[in-house]
Amino acid sequence: MQINGAQAVLKALEHEGVETVFGMPGGAILPVYDPLIDSSIRHVLVRHEQGAGHMASGYAHATGKPGVAIVTSGPAATNMVTALLDAMMDSIPMVCITGQVALPAIGTDAFQEADTTGITMSATKHNYLVTRVEDIPQVIHDAFHLATTGRPGPVLVDIPKDLVLPDAVFEWYEPTGHDLPGYNPKTKGDPTAIAEAAKMIMAAERPVIYSGGGILRSRAAAELSALAEMTQIPVVTTLMNRGGFPDDHELNLGMPGMHGNYTAVMAMQEADLLIALGARFDDRVTGARDKFAPDAKIIHVDIDPAELGKVRFAHVPIAGDAKSIITDMLSELEKLGGAKAQPNRDAWRQTLSGWQEKYPLVYGDHEPGKLLKPQFVIEKLAEACPADTILCSGVGQHQMWASQYWTFNHPYTWINSGGLGTMGYSIPAAVGAKAGMPDRMVWAVDGDGCFQMTSQELITAAVEKIPVKVAILNNSWLGMVRQWQELFYDERFSETHFGSDIPNYKMWAEAMGCVAFRVDSPEEVVPTIQKANAINDRPVVIDFRTQATENVYPMVPAGASNSDLLVDPSQRDDEGASS
Amino acid sequence: MSDACEFHTIVVRVENKAGVLARIAGLFSRRSFNIESLAVAPTEDERFSRITIVVDVSSTSIDQVVKQLDKLINVLEIRELDPETSVERELLMATLNAPMPESRREILDLVQIFDAQVLNVGFDQLMVSLAGSQRRLDDFEALLGRYGIIEIQRTGKIALSELAKVESAPSTQTQREN
Repeated sequence: MQINGAQAVLKALEHEGVETVFGMPGGAILPVYDPLIDSSIRHVLVRHEQGAGHMASGYAHATGKPGVAIVTSGPAATNMVTALLDAMMDSIPMVCITGQVALPAIGTDAFQEADTTGITMSATKHNYLVTRVEDIPQVIHDAFHLATTGRPGPVLVDIPKDLVLPDAVFEWYEPTGHDLPGYNPKTKGDPTAIAEAAKMIMAAERPVIYSGGGILRSRAAAELSALAEMTQIPVVTTLMNRGGFPDDHELNLGMPGMHGNYTAVMAMQEADLLIALGARFDDRVTGARDKFAPDAKIIHVDIDPAELGKVRFAHVPIAGDAKSIITDMLSELEKLGGAKAQPNRDAWRQTLSGWQEKYPLVYGDHEPGKLLKPQFVIEKLAEACPADTILCSGVGQHQMWASQYWTFNHPYTWINSGGLGTMGYSIPAAVGAKAGMPDRMVWAVDGDGCFQMTSQELITAAVEKIPVKVAILNNSWLGMVRQWQELFYDERFSETHFGSDIPNYKMWAEAMGCVAFRVDSPEEVVPTIQKANAINDRPVVIDFRTQATENVYPMVPAGASNSDLLVDPSQRDDEGASS
Repeated sequence: MSDACEFHTIVVRVENKAGVLARIAGLFSRRSFNIESLAVAPTEDERFSRITIVVDVSSTSIDQVVKQLDKLINVLEIRELDPETSVERELLMATLNAPMPESRREILDLVQIFDAQVLNVGFDQLMVSLAGSQRRLDDFEALLGRYGIIEIQRTGKIALSELAKVESAPSTQTQREN
């Protein structure tokens, strides 16, 4: 069957099982948009290309399937860069198709020309510039393979316009297999290392399971639970693995790191064994590296061999897929006696529960005449929503409060920008998640700073009938920067005040086709959330007016040791640090 | 060259495709790995190229360099060559000031001693070349220095593993394939 390049792009996407793409047409990609009309694929028309990228990412987070974005050349491709790098840092499977100027025009500084593959080289797992129309099916097939296997990530396919013009025809074929001689990701862990790890686990007195986003990427939440339950070893869930182990589980110590739970942070500091599963010893988790978990031996499981030993020496490094390795580890542990043969770790358990009792997450009561406590809003929101609600977040104080005060009991219910820390991620990610999971309730928690970056995608949501809900924790400040200025710059607030009355978020949201509310007092919080939850035909925005002076605690100051964690001022014995 | 053990030689077999060198250069730049020298050319199999990279590992671990390179989709194989068990060559070309008969004579003596070659002769200049180990080239370059080097170009090192001297001798190379 003769087919042209544009038809081939769509056919190749259909061949990969793609149901939804996020994008925006433009000059160079224009020919691809013509056969789109006849395709089974749903296209969500975004208002800014960055939105398309984050939507693809949110879709991938929520569904486990690769997210797909299609945009044009030049400025559209450069607008995509942030979303690509975001997906790269958080290992999100994504395929992005960009238009490119025609092959003869490449290198001539043509209209809307950008060196897209050059620019995105370090923001993608791999990228392609297609140079022959007949390569389109194979390259797209390879792109999906690369995006979804090994350590997942974004793959970009740049297609020159002359390859997708109606007269660029070739004989269609369905690609089978891949010619990628340099790509053989290893999934199975080394049995000797796994046996060694099992022995270390059985010998450990103060072990902690340090579970990261790799648990979710490898769909290993059930295996993680089995490991924790067999060994009764406590688990910390990093920002990327919230929901990967139930918050309600007695072994869950919560989130570690800069704004982690006291017990999660200190358990890692005092541990004699860290079992790192799909985690990468990020600086936001370790604090000052040379003072991190000084007594701990390390078992490090990661699909990416380059993560093993990158930051912290691993006594037992195991490259491979977390799900497969944990499964093998369970059978090794079973051989050593399993649950019954675990050493007595009562002292460790008592230490941990003592910390949990002394230093729970706390925030102050509402102060009459003052604005809302943001933590209270998150708590009430969590209580009022179904347990399988998908919560998306932007980046900043609201993100930390959302992670701290929401109760995550299911995997794939928490979507945020962890590695890159992309402000504005929340709304487009929520739109992508809702497009992929239309039967689930999807809330975006956003700050007022983040909202102003990407809120135009609420127009997309309204027009495309993707009814997401947005809770703005509006404190009129760039809150996290404000917090640092308060604590570390003598309260010299430089360029962090956004102003209280501009914009009018309610009017703005309404203008974008949303139902909107503004909430100033604690009594209105729950009834307004209930109103929002009852609306299913349009996006909803609630402007929660929150107290700007509220800070996120606990907090490890930048560059400090995790042992110098600052707890909430109300929990401090004397001077600052807790212990 | 400062402390010799700060430099490691790695040989990377890559797909012979557009942009592969940019990917490698980009990776080194993005991760703050330092390249001392780099030589690239197609191999006996035209689908692949072989790149010899001398890496300064004073501020990074060779393990990270190898593992990060390994993540590049177009990289097939990375071998770290031990100087003890590999044969290394580099090519040097230089144009020298040689106006006086006596300096010309001395340069020609050096050329003979080092088993170098005269490539081109000018009215008051000489162009010479030498292939050899890096150390040998360093010595040659140092000795030529006093005559006034007009221009010099070195290729960067290329290397192959030493051949087995006895039957079924165990390989001492570290080899990684992804």
